[in-house]
Amino acid sequence: MQWVGFLGFHMRWTWIDRFTAFESRRSATAIKCLSLAEDHFADHFPGFPVMPAPLILEGLAQTGGILVGEANQYSKNVVLAKMSAKFRREAMAGEQLAYTTTIVDLNDTGARVSGQVHSGGELLAEADIMFAHVTAEQLPPGIPDPKFVFSGELSQLLKMAEAVAKKPG
Amino acid sequence: MPTEQEIFEKVRTTLVDALNVDEDEVTMQSRLKGDLNAESIDFLDIVFRLEKQFGVKIPREELFPESIFQGDPHFVTDGKVNADGLKELQERMPFADLTEFKKDSRLEKMEDLFTVELIVNYLQRKLGS
Repeated sequence: MQWVGFLGFHMRWTWIDRFTAFESRRSATAIKCLSLAEDHFADHFPGFPVMPAPLILEGLAQTGGILVGEANQYSKNVVLAKMSAKFRREAMAGEQLAYTTTIVDLNDTGARVSGQVHSGGELLAEADIMFAHVTAEQLPPGIPDPKFVFSGELSQLLKMAEAVAKKPG
Repeated sequence: MPTEQEIFEKVRTTLVDALNVDEDEVTMQSRLKGDLNAESIDFLDIVFRLEKQFGVKIPREELFPESIFQGDPHFVTDGKVNADGLKELQERMPFADLTEFKKDSRLEKMEDLFTVELIVNYLQRKLGS
């Protein structure tokens, strides 16, 4: 699982619909509505449309990654480094998922975030997510934009996060 | 002050959680990379968890100075950590046992210094016990 900018600027890889809560350096919640029109439901599985677990985790990681990025005003690249997750049940087409992420640890090398996925108040999955801050010097050669994470399509999401943000108090 | 055994037990819990290993795989002699299959990102995870578990601050590169000699000709000669390097290592990591490393000081052998015992020694000093 990697962020959008890394793969190409025109690839659509946003797996959250909108932020509903954002508290800087603490927590963020985003929702994702599951539509049967999404391509992945056609094959996963025919006649039994459940959202592939990695895509749920991608949305959860995007929610947490933006939370971690915002902590440094998006000045650092935030890369998903490690994740462990437990699922309780599948997510079906038609559901609305709420991705809640909370910062557990944060320092200059990275962050640890705990995440939960709920649907209508029911816990579907939980995960422990590690992010690393990647500097320009640590990147492999050939990446055109050293600030490759918080750009392109993701900037729209950041604006939404800003709109629901609560001032830290 | 916690005893060495108490510190070890907490460190073992931390490693079981961070590395998804079984409790009986973690001994004082276990090497984090060689035996417990830790990757570099796991070191960050371990540091976070130890800070929580022991209520201490662990500055970057203090416990695991992974990049200490990278490309520094002053401390490394022909791929081996030289006398100056060993001295530097001893100063930066007084909690490390360098006996084995001194016999074979190839740079790639440095990761074998990162053992469970190293973490326990480090915490003992840190906690003043």
